[in-house]
Amino acid sequence: MNVLLDNLSLYGEGLLGTVELTVYASLLALVLGFLMAAFRVAPVASLRVFGTAWVTVLRNTPLTLLFFAVVLGLPRFGLVLPFKLFAILALGCYTSAFICEAVRSGINTVPVGQGEAARSLGMTFPQTLGEIVLPQAFRSVIPPIGSTLIALAKNSAIAGAFSVVELLGVYKPLSERGYNIIWTFFWIAVGYLLVTLTISAIFNVLEKRFGVAS
Amino acid sequence: MAGDALIEMRGVNKHFGKLHVLQDIDLIVHRGEVVVVIGPSGGGKSTLCRAVNRLETVESGTIELDGRPLPDEGRALAQLRADVGMVFQSFNLFAHKTVLENIMLAPVKVRRMKKDEAARRARELLDRVGLASQADKYPAQLSGGQQQRVAIARALAMDPKVLLFDEPTSALDPEMINEVLEVMRQLARDGMTMVVVTHEMGFARSAANRVVFMDDGRVVEDRTPEEFFTAPRSERAKDFLSKILKH
Repeated sequence: MNVLLDNLSLYGEGLLGTVELTVYASLLALVLGFLMAAFRVAPVASLRVFGTAWVTVLRNTPLTLLFFAVVLGLPRFGLVLPFKLFAILALGCYTSAFICEAVRSGINTVPVGQGEAARSLGMTFPQTLGEIVLPQAFRSVIPPIGSTLIALAKNSAIAGAFSVVELLGVYKPLSERGYNIIWTFFWIAVGYLLVTLTISAIFNVLEKRFGVAS
Repeated sequence: MAGDALIEMRGVNKHFGKLHVLQDIDLIVHRGEVVVVIGPSGGGKSTLCRAVNRLETVESGTIELDGRPLPDEGRALAQLRADVGMVFQSFNLFAHKTVLENIMLAPVKVRRMKKDEAARRARELLDRVGLASQADKYPAQLSGGQQQRVAIARALAMDPKVLLFDEPTSALDPEMINEVLEVMRQLARDGMTMVVVTHEMGFARSAANRVVFMDDGRVVEDRTPEEFFTAPRSERAKDFLSKILKH
Protein backbone atom coordinates (compact mmCIF):
# COMPACT_ATOMS: atom_id res chain seq x y z
CA MET A 1 0.00 0.00 0.00
CA ASN A 2 2.89 2.31 0.79
CA VAL A 3 4.17 2.40 -2.75
CA LEU A 4 0.84 3.82 -3.95
CA LEU A 5 0.30 6.33 -1.14
CA ASP A 6 3.93 7.52 -1.19
CA ASN A 7 3.81 8.11 -4.94
CA LEU A 8 0.22 9.04 -5.53
CA SER A 9 1.08 11.97 -7.80
CA LEU A 10 3.43 9.83 -9.91
CA TYR A 11 0.76 7.16 -10.35
CA GLY A 12 -1.79 9.88 -11.02
CA GLU A 13 0.32 11.43 -13.76
CA GLY A 14 0.84 8.00 -15.34
CA LEU A 15 -2.84 7.18 -15.21
CA LEU A 16 -3.73 10.56 -16.68
CA GLY A 17 -1.20 9.98 -19.49
CA THR A 18 -2.73 6.61 -20.32
CA VAL A 19 -6.24 8.03 -20.21
CA GLU A 20 -5.26 10.88 -22.52
CA LEU A 21 -3.56 8.55 -24.98
CA THR A 22 -6.57 6.22 -24.90
CA VAL A 23 -9.20 8.92 -25.35
CA TYR A 24 -7.49 10.86 -28.15
CA ALA A 25 -6.27 7.78 -30.00
CA SER A 26 -9.76 6.22 -29.67
CA LEU A 27 -11.38 9.28 -31.21
CA LEU A 28 -8.87 9.25 -34.06
CA ALA A 29 -9.32 5.50 -34.54
CA LEU A 30 -13.13 5.77 -34.59
CA VAL A 31 -13.17 8.61 -37.12
CA LEU A 32 -10.59 6.96 -39.40
CA GLY A 33 -12.10 3.51 -38.90
CA PHE A 34 -15.60 4.58 -39.97
CA LEU A 35 -14.15 6.56 -42.87
CA MET A 36 -12.09 3.59 -44.08
CA ALA A 37 -15.08 1.25 -43.72
CA ALA A 38 -17.06 3.68 -45.90
CA PHE A 39 -14.20 3.68 -48.41
CA ARG A 40 -14.14 -0.11 -48.49
CA VAL A 41 -17.81 -0.38 -49.46
CA ALA A 42 -17.83 2.72 -51.73
CA PRO A 43 -18.89 2.48 -55.39
CA VAL A 44 -15.61 4.17 -56.38
CA ALA A 45 -12.84 1.65 -57.04
CA SER A 46 -9.95 3.93 -56.05
CA LEU A 47 -11.50 4.53 -52.60
CA ARG A 48 -11.93 0.79 -52.10
CA VAL A 49 -8.28 0.21 -53.01
CA PHE A 50 -7.17 2.93 -50.60
CA GLY A 51 -9.27 1.49 -47.75
CA THR A 52 -8.02 -2.02 -48.38
CA ALA A 53 -4.39 -0.87 -48.51
CA TRP A 54 -4.84 1.13 -45.28
CA VAL A 55 -6.18 -1.89 -43.42
CA THR A 56 -3.69 -4.34 -44.87
CA VAL A 57 -0.64 -2.23 -44.03
CA LEU A 58 -1.69 -1.08 -40.55
CA ARG A 59 -3.25 -4.31 -39.35
CA ASN A 60 -0.23 -6.37 -40.33
CA THR A 61 2.49 -4.10 -38.93
CA PRO A 62 3.66 -4.73 -35.35
CA LEU A 63 2.63 -1.70 -33.29
CA THR A 64 6.16 -1.12 -31.96
CA LEU A 65 7.45 -1.00 -35.53
CA LEU A 66 4.72 1.49 -36.38
CA PHE A 67 5.81 3.66 -33.44
CA PHE A 68 9.37 3.65 -34.77
CA ALA A 69 8.14 4.49 -38.25
CA VAL A 70 6.13 7.45 -36.97
CA VAL A 71 8.63 8.77 -34.42
CA LEU A 72 11.70 8.38 -36.67
CA GLY A 73 10.04 8.55 -40.08
CA LEU A 74 7.76 11.56 -39.99
CA PRO A 75 10.45 14.04 -38.84
CA ARG A 76 12.39 13.12 -42.01
CA PHE A 77 9.51 14.58 -43.97
CA GLY A 78 9.73 17.75 -41.92
CA LEU A 79 6.90 16.80 -39.58
CA VAL A 80 8.17 17.32 -36.06
CA LEU A 81 5.58 16.95 -33.33
CA PRO A 82 5.63 16.28 -29.58
CA PHE A 83 6.17 12.57 -28.86
CA LYS A 84 2.75 12.37 -27.30
CA LEU A 85 1.12 13.44 -30.56
CA PHE A 86 3.21 10.93 -32.49
CA ALA A 87 2.04 8.25 -30.08
CA ILE A 88 -1.61 9.22 -30.55
CA LEU A 89 -1.12 9.17 -34.31
CA ALA A 90 0.48 5.72 -34.29
CA LEU A 91 -2.05 4.22 -31.87
CA GLY A 92 -5.02 5.81 -33.59
CA CYS A 93 -4.04 4.78 -37.12
CA TYR A 94 -3.14 1.25 -36.03
CA THR A 95 -6.44 0.76 -34.19
CA SER A 96 -8.47 2.34 -37.01
CA ALA A 97 -7.67 -0.71 -39.16
CA PHE A 98 -9.37 -2.97 -36.62
CA ILE A 99 -12.31 -0.58 -36.15
CA CYS A 100 -12.72 -0.48 -39.92
CA GLU A 101 -13.02 -4.24 -40.14
CA ALA A 102 -15.47 -4.37 -37.21
CA VAL A 103 -17.64 -1.73 -38.88
CA ARG A 104 -17.43 -3.49 -42.22
CA SER A 105 -18.57 -6.78 -40.70
CA GLY A 106 -21.46 -4.84 -39.18
CA ILE A 107 -22.34 -3.34 -42.55
CA ASN A 108 -22.44 -6.87 -43.96
CA THR A 109 -25.09 -7.88 -41.40
CA VAL A 110 -27.53 -5.32 -42.87
CA PRO A 111 -29.63 -6.97 -45.60
CA VAL A 112 -28.66 -5.86 -49.12
CA GLY A 113 -32.27 -4.91 -49.77
CA GLN A 114 -32.03 -2.02 -47.29
CA GLY A 115 -29.34 -0.34 -49.35
CA GLU A 116 -31.12 -1.17 -52.61
CA ALA A 117 -34.33 0.41 -51.36
CA ALA A 118 -32.45 3.56 -50.36
CA ARG A 119 -30.69 3.76 -53.71
CA SER A 120 -33.91 3.13 -55.60
CA LEU A 121 -35.37 6.20 -53.86
CA GLY A 122 -32.58 8.38 -55.26
CA MET A 123 -30.43 8.55 -52.14
CA THR A 124 -26.71 9.03 -52.80
CA PHE A 125 -24.07 6.67 -51.46
CA PRO A 126 -23.26 8.85 -48.41
CA GLN A 127 -26.98 9.22 -47.63
CA THR A 128 -27.59 5.49 -48.00
CA LEU A 129 -24.66 4.69 -45.74
CA GLY A 130 -25.38 7.39 -43.16
CA GLU A 131 -29.17 7.18 -42.97
CA ILE A 132 -29.88 3.52 -43.59
CA VAL A 133 -26.93 1.16 -43.39
CA LEU A 134 -24.70 2.48 -40.57
CA PRO A 135 -27.54 3.08 -38.06
CA GLN A 136 -28.55 -0.56 -38.49
CA ALA A 137 -24.95 -1.80 -38.54
CA PHE A 138 -24.14 0.20 -35.38
CA ARG A 139 -25.93 -2.26 -33.09
CA SER A 140 -23.87 -5.21 -34.11
CA VAL A 141 -20.53 -3.39 -34.04
CA ILE A 142 -20.75 -2.08 -30.47
CA PRO A 143 -19.23 -5.18 -28.78
CA PRO A 144 -16.29 -5.66 -31.19
CA ILE A 145 -15.48 -1.92 -31.10
CA GLY A 146 -15.47 -2.11 -27.29
CA SER A 147 -12.92 -4.94 -27.41
CA THR A 148 -10.79 -3.04 -29.90
CA LEU A 149 -10.68 0.09 -27.72
CA ILE A 150 -9.75 -1.99 -24.68
CA ALA A 151 -6.87 -3.40 -26.70
CA LEU A 152 -5.93 0.17 -27.60
CA ALA A 153 -5.82 1.19 -23.93
CA LYS A 154 -3.40 -1.64 -23.19
CA ASN A 155 -1.36 -1.04 -26.34
CA SER A 156 -0.79 2.55 -25.20
CA ALA A 157 1.88 1.12 -22.84
CA ILE A 158 4.22 0.98 -25.84
CA ALA A 159 4.25 4.79 -25.87
CA GLY A 160 6.15 4.66 -22.57
CA ALA A 161 9.17 3.33 -24.46
CA PHE A 162 9.09 6.52 -26.54
CA SER A 163 9.35 8.86 -23.56
CA VAL A 164 5.64 9.57 -23.33
CA VAL A 165 4.33 9.73 -19.76
CA GLU A 166 1.92 6.84 -19.24
CA LEU A 167 1.00 4.32 -16.60
CA LEU A 168 3.40 1.45 -17.29
CA GLY A 169 6.39 3.79 -17.33
CA VAL A 170 5.74 4.61 -13.66
CA TYR A 171 7.62 1.44 -12.66
CA LYS A 172 11.00 2.83 -13.78
CA PRO A 173 11.47 5.64 -11.22
CA LEU A 174 9.85 3.47 -8.53
CA SER A 175 12.16 0.52 -9.03
CA GLU A 176 15.11 2.92 -8.97
CA ARG A 177 13.88 4.14 -5.61
CA GLY A 178 13.90 0.54 -4.38
CA TYR A 179 10.19 -0.15 -3.99
CA ASN A 180 8.94 -3.73 -4.14
CA ILE A 181 8.52 -4.48 -7.84
CA ILE A 182 5.51 -6.77 -7.30
CA TRP A 183 3.49 -4.07 -5.52
CA THR A 184 4.63 -1.44 -7.99
CA PHE A 185 3.18 -3.49 -10.84
CA PHE A 186 0.13 -4.47 -8.82
CA TRP A 187 -0.99 -0.85 -8.61
CA ILE A 188 -0.14 -0.29 -12.28
CA ALA A 189 -2.36 -3.24 -13.14
CA VAL A 190 -5.14 -1.75 -11.01
CA GLY A 191 -4.75 1.49 -12.98
CA TYR A 192 -5.16 -0.33 -16.30
CA LEU A 193 -8.18 -2.17 -14.92
CA LEU A 194 -9.70 1.19 -14.04
CA VAL A 195 -9.34 2.33 -17.65
CA THR A 196 -10.46 -0.90 -19.33
CA LEU A 197 -13.38 -1.51 -16.98
CA THR A 198 -14.57 2.04 -17.65
CA ILE A 199 -14.49 1.33 -21.39
CA SER A 200 -16.39 -1.93 -20.78
CA ALA A 201 -19.00 -0.09 -18.73
CA ILE A 202 -19.47 2.57 -21.42
CA PHE A 203 -19.97 -0.07 -24.09
CA ASN A 204 -22.35 -2.07 -21.89
CA VAL A 205 -24.50 1.02 -21.60
CA LEU A 206 -24.32 1.64 -25.35
CA GLU A 207 -25.26 -1.96 -26.04
CA LYS A 208 -28.25 -1.75 -23.72
CA ARG A 209 -29.31 1.52 -25.28
CA PHE A 210 -28.87 0.63 -28.97
CA GLY A 211 -28.14 -3.08 -29.13
CA VAL A 212 -31.52 -4.72 -28.70
CA ALA A 213 -34.29 -2.39 -29.82
CA SER A 214 -36.69 -3.56 -32.55
CA MET B 1 -50.97 4.73 -75.75
CA ALA B 2 -49.78 6.98 -78.51
CA GLY B 3 -46.05 6.96 -79.09
CA ASP B 4 -44.74 8.68 -75.93
CA ALA B 5 -41.98 6.30 -74.84
CA LEU B 6 -40.96 6.54 -71.19
CA ILE B 7 -38.71 3.49 -70.96
CA GLU B 8 -36.84 2.38 -74.05
CA MET B 9 -34.54 -0.66 -74.00
CA ARG B 10 -32.59 -1.56 -77.11
CA GLY B 11 -30.39 -4.63 -77.59
CA VAL B 12 -29.82 -5.12 -73.87
CA ASN B 13 -27.59 -8.04 -72.85
CA LYS B 14 -26.43 -9.33 -69.49
CA HIS B 15 -24.78 -12.49 -68.17
CA PHE B 16 -24.62 -13.94 -64.69
CA GLY B 17 -21.49 -16.02 -65.17
CA LYS B 18 -22.38 -18.39 -68.01
CA LEU B 19 -26.10 -17.70 -67.80
CA HIS B 20 -27.21 -15.30 -70.50
CA VAL B 21 -29.95 -13.74 -68.40
CA LEU B 22 -30.94 -10.92 -70.77
CA GLN B 23 -30.60 -11.63 -74.50
CA ASP B 24 -31.00 -8.74 -76.92
CA ILE B 25 -33.96 -7.28 -75.09
CA ASP B 26 -35.96 -4.62 -76.94
CA LEU B 27 -38.77 -3.17 -74.90
CA ILE B 28 -40.67 0.09 -74.95
CA VAL B 29 -42.98 1.23 -72.17
CA HIS B 30 -45.18 4.22 -72.98
CA ARG B 31 -46.35 6.86 -70.58
CA GLY B 32 -49.46 5.75 -68.70
CA GLU B 33 -49.03 2.15 -69.74
CA VAL B 34 -49.18 -0.89 -67.43
CA VAL B 35 -46.83 -3.60 -68.65
CA VAL B 36 -46.93 -6.93 -66.86
CA VAL B 37 -43.91 -9.19 -67.24
CA ILE B 38 -44.60 -12.87 -66.70
CA GLY B 39 -42.78 -16.11 -67.32
CA PRO B 40 -41.05 -18.99 -65.59
CA SER B 41 -38.58 -18.37 -62.76
CA GLY B 42 -35.04 -17.70 -63.88
CA GLY B 43 -36.27 -16.28 -67.16
CA GLY B 44 -34.79 -12.84 -66.53
CA LYS B 45 -37.95 -10.97 -65.46
CA SER B 46 -36.56 -9.54 -62.23
CA THR B 47 -33.23 -8.68 -63.83
CA LEU B 48 -35.06 -6.81 -66.57
CA CYS B 49 -37.02 -4.87 -63.98
CA ARG B 50 -33.93 -4.05 -61.90
CA ALA B 51 -31.97 -2.99 -64.98
CA VAL B 52 -34.39 -0.12 -65.57
CA ASN B 53 -33.09 1.80 -62.53
CA ARG B 54 -29.63 0.28 -62.79
CA LEU B 55 -29.76 -1.84 -59.66
CA GLU B 56 -28.40 -4.33 -62.20
CA THR B 57 -25.86 -3.07 -64.68
CA VAL B 58 -26.07 -4.33 -68.26
CA GLU B 59 -23.22 -5.32 -70.54
CA SER B 60 -24.45 -3.98 -73.85
CA GLY B 61 -27.39 -2.16 -75.33
CA THR B 62 -29.02 1.09 -74.30
CA ILE B 63 -31.67 1.90 -71.73
CA GLU B 64 -33.30 5.31 -71.97
CA LEU B 65 -35.66 6.86 -69.51
CA ASP B 66 -37.78 9.74 -70.68
CA GLY B 67 -35.37 10.19 -73.58
CA ARG B 68 -32.22 10.23 -71.44
CA PRO B 69 -29.77 7.32 -71.30
CA LEU B 70 -29.13 5.85 -67.84
CA PRO B 71 -26.11 7.60 -66.26
CA ASP B 72 -23.26 5.69 -64.59
CA GLU B 73 -22.87 5.73 -60.81
CA GLY B 74 -22.98 9.03 -58.97
CA ARG B 75 -25.28 11.96 -58.48
CA ALA B 76 -26.88 11.83 -61.93
CA LEU B 77 -27.90 8.23 -61.39
CA ALA B 78 -29.34 9.06 -57.97
CA GLN B 79 -31.39 11.86 -59.54
CA LEU B 80 -32.75 9.50 -62.16
CA ARG B 81 -33.63 6.86 -59.56
CA ALA B 82 -35.58 9.48 -57.64
CA ASP B 83 -38.01 9.52 -60.58
CA VAL B 84 -38.30 5.74 -60.79
CA GLY B 85 -40.16 4.13 -57.91
CA MET B 86 -39.42 0.53 -57.02
CA VAL B 87 -41.36 -1.99 -54.97
CA PHE B 88 -39.49 -5.14 -53.94
CA GLN B 89 -40.52 -8.70 -53.30
CA SER B 90 -39.19 -8.52 -49.74
CA PHE B 91 -40.63 -5.00 -49.07
CA ASN B 92 -37.27 -3.63 -47.85
CA LEU B 93 -38.83 -1.08 -45.54
CA PHE B 94 -36.16 0.61 -43.42
CA ALA B 95 -36.23 -1.54 -40.30
CA HIS B 96 -35.00 1.17 -37.91
CA LYS B 97 -37.56 3.80 -38.93
CA THR B 98 -41.28 4.09 -38.36
CA VAL B 99 -43.80 3.78 -41.17
CA LEU B 100 -44.13 7.55 -41.40
CA GLU B 101 -40.34 8.08 -41.35
CA ASN B 102 -39.96 5.46 -44.08
CA ILE B 103 -42.21 7.47 -46.37
CA MET B 104 -40.84 10.91 -45.40
CA LEU B 105 -37.15 10.10 -45.63
CA ALA B 106 -36.51 10.34 -49.36
CA PRO B 107 -38.71 13.41 -49.99
CA VAL B 108 -36.82 15.21 -47.20
CA LYS B 109 -33.31 13.99 -48.04
CA VAL B 110 -33.52 13.79 -51.82
CA ARG B 111 -36.21 16.32 -52.77
CA ARG B 112 -35.30 18.71 -49.91
CA MET B 113 -38.96 18.94 -48.94
CA LYS B 114 -39.78 20.56 -45.58
CA LYS B 115 -40.40 18.04 -42.82
CA ASP B 116 -43.96 19.05 -41.96
CA GLU B 117 -44.89 19.13 -45.63
CA ALA B 118 -43.35 15.68 -46.13
CA ALA B 119 -45.19 14.35 -43.06
CA ARG B 120 -48.50 15.74 -44.32
CA ARG B 121 -47.98 14.10 -47.73
CA ALA B 122 -46.89 10.84 -46.09
CA ARG B 123 -50.13 10.72 -44.09
CA GLU B 124 -52.16 11.36 -47.24
CA LEU B 125 -50.39 8.49 -48.99
CA LEU B 126 -50.88 6.20 -46.00
CA ASP B 127 -54.55 7.04 -46.12
CA ARG B 128 -54.59 6.20 -49.80
CA VAL B 129 -53.19 2.71 -49.16
CA GLY B 130 -55.53 2.27 -46.19
CA LEU B 131 -52.96 2.41 -43.41
CA ALA B 132 -53.48 5.83 -41.85
CA SER B 133 -53.62 4.33 -38.36
CA GLN B 134 -50.25 2.59 -38.63
CA ALA B 135 -48.05 5.67 -39.10
CA ASP B 136 -46.06 5.34 -35.88
CA LYS B 137 -45.42 1.61 -35.98
CA TYR B 138 -42.18 -0.05 -37.03
CA PRO B 139 -42.19 -2.29 -40.13
CA ALA B 140 -41.70 -5.45 -38.05
CA GLN B 141 -45.03 -4.75 -36.31
CA LEU B 142 -46.98 -4.90 -39.59
CA SER B 143 -48.19 -7.86 -41.65
CA GLY B 144 -46.55 -8.55 -44.99
CA GLY B 145 -49.44 -7.06 -46.92
CA GLN B 146 -49.35 -3.90 -44.82
CA GLN B 147 -45.58 -3.61 -45.24
CA GLN B 148 -45.91 -3.89 -48.99
CA ARG B 149 -48.60 -1.20 -49.08
CA VAL B 150 -46.30 1.08 -47.04
CA ALA B 151 -43.54 0.31 -49.56
CA ILE B 152 -45.86 1.42 -52.36
CA ALA B 153 -46.67 4.62 -50.46
CA ARG B 154 -42.94 5.20 -49.94
CA ALA B 155 -42.32 4.90 -53.68
CA LEU B 156 -45.27 7.18 -54.48
CA ALA B 157 -43.97 9.86 -52.11
CA MET B 158 -41.29 10.71 -54.68
CA ASP B 159 -43.89 11.41 -57.40
CA PRO B 160 -42.19 8.92 -59.70
CA LYS B 161 -42.63 8.94 -63.45
CA VAL B 162 -42.84 5.17 -63.42
CA LEU B 163 -43.23 2.45 -60.78
CA LEU B 164 -41.35 -0.83 -61.01
CA PHE B 165 -42.81 -3.82 -59.15
CA ASP B 166 -40.48 -6.79 -58.68
CA GLU B 167 -42.76 -9.69 -57.71
CA PRO B 168 -44.60 -7.56 -55.14
CA THR B 169 -46.89 -10.34 -53.92
CA SER B 170 -44.60 -13.37 -54.08
CA ALA B 171 -43.56 -13.16 -50.42
CA LEU B 172 -47.10 -12.64 -49.12
CA ASP B 173 -49.58 -14.98 -47.48
CA PRO B 174 -52.39 -15.74 -49.98
CA GLU B 175 -54.95 -13.79 -47.97
CA MET B 176 -52.84 -10.64 -48.17
CA ILE B 177 -52.18 -10.68 -51.88
CA ASN B 178 -55.45 -9.01 -52.80
CA GLU B 179 -55.03 -5.95 -50.59
CA VAL B 180 -51.77 -5.21 -52.39
CA LEU B 181 -53.15 -5.96 -55.85
CA GLU B 182 -56.12 -3.70 -55.14
CA VAL B 183 -53.78 -0.77 -54.42
CA MET B 184 -51.92 -1.54 -57.65
CA ARG B 185 -55.16 -1.72 -59.65
CA GLN B 186 -56.12 1.67 -58.28
CA LEU B 187 -52.76 3.11 -59.34
CA ALA B 188 -53.23 1.64 -62.81
CA ARG B 189 -56.68 3.24 -63.05
CA ASP B 190 -55.16 6.56 -61.99
CA GLY B 191 -52.86 6.41 -65.00
CA MET B 192 -49.54 5.56 -63.32
CA THR B 193 -46.95 4.06 -65.66
CA MET B 194 -46.11 0.65 -64.25
CA VAL B 195 -43.83 -2.29 -65.01
CA VAL B 196 -44.98 -5.26 -62.97
CA VAL B 197 -43.11 -8.55 -62.68
CA THR B 198 -45.59 -10.99 -61.22
CA HIS B 199 -47.09 -14.47 -61.18
CA GLU B 200 -50.59 -13.06 -60.62
CA MET B 201 -52.35 -13.88 -63.89
CA GLY B 202 -55.58 -12.35 -62.66
CA PHE B 203 -53.86 -9.01 -62.23
CA ALA B 204 -52.23 -9.33 -65.66
CA ARG B 205 -55.62 -9.97 -67.27
CA SER B 206 -57.49 -7.22 -65.51
CA ALA B 207 -54.99 -4.37 -65.16
CA ALA B 208 -52.35 -4.76 -67.87
CA ASN B 209 -52.27 -2.93 -71.17
CA ARG B 210 -49.61 -5.31 -72.37
CA VAL B 211 -48.24 -8.65 -71.30
CA VAL B 212 -44.58 -9.41 -71.87
CA PHE B 213 -43.76 -13.11 -71.67
CA MET B 214 -40.09 -13.84 -70.90
CA ASP B 215 -38.24 -17.12 -70.98
CA ASP B 216 -34.51 -17.94 -71.09
CA GLY B 217 -33.59 -14.27 -71.10
CA ARG B 218 -35.68 -13.39 -74.15
CA VAL B 219 -38.93 -11.57 -74.70
CA VAL B 220 -40.97 -14.35 -76.29
CA GLU B 221 -44.28 -12.53 -76.61
CA ASP B 222 -45.34 -8.92 -76.16
CA ARG B 223 -49.11 -8.49 -76.70
CA THR B 224 -52.37 -7.41 -75.14
CA PRO B 225 -53.63 -9.61 -72.29
CA GLU B 226 -56.68 -10.82 -74.24
CA GLU B 227 -54.57 -11.98 -77.14
CA PHE B 228 -51.92 -13.50 -74.92
CA PHE B 229 -54.20 -15.43 -72.61
CA THR B 230 -56.69 -16.64 -75.24
CA ALA B 231 -54.37 -17.29 -78.15
CA PRO B 232 -50.65 -17.42 -77.23
CA ARG B 233 -48.50 -17.70 -80.34
CA SER B 234 -45.43 -19.49 -79.02
CA GLU B 235 -45.28 -23.09 -77.85
CA ARG B 236 -43.38 -21.96 -74.76
CA ALA B 237 -46.18 -19.61 -73.71
CA LYS B 238 -48.86 -22.22 -74.44
CA ASP B 239 -46.97 -24.71 -72.29
CA PHE B 240 -46.51 -22.15 -69.49
CA LEU B 241 -50.16 -21.11 -69.49
CA SER B 242 -51.44 -24.69 -69.59
CA LYS B 243 -49.43 -25.42 -66.47
CA ILE B 244 -50.47 -22.43 -64.42
CA LEU B 245 -54.07 -21.98 -65.50
CA LYS B 246 -55.14 -25.56 -64.80
CA HIS B 247 -55.40 -25.25 -61.05
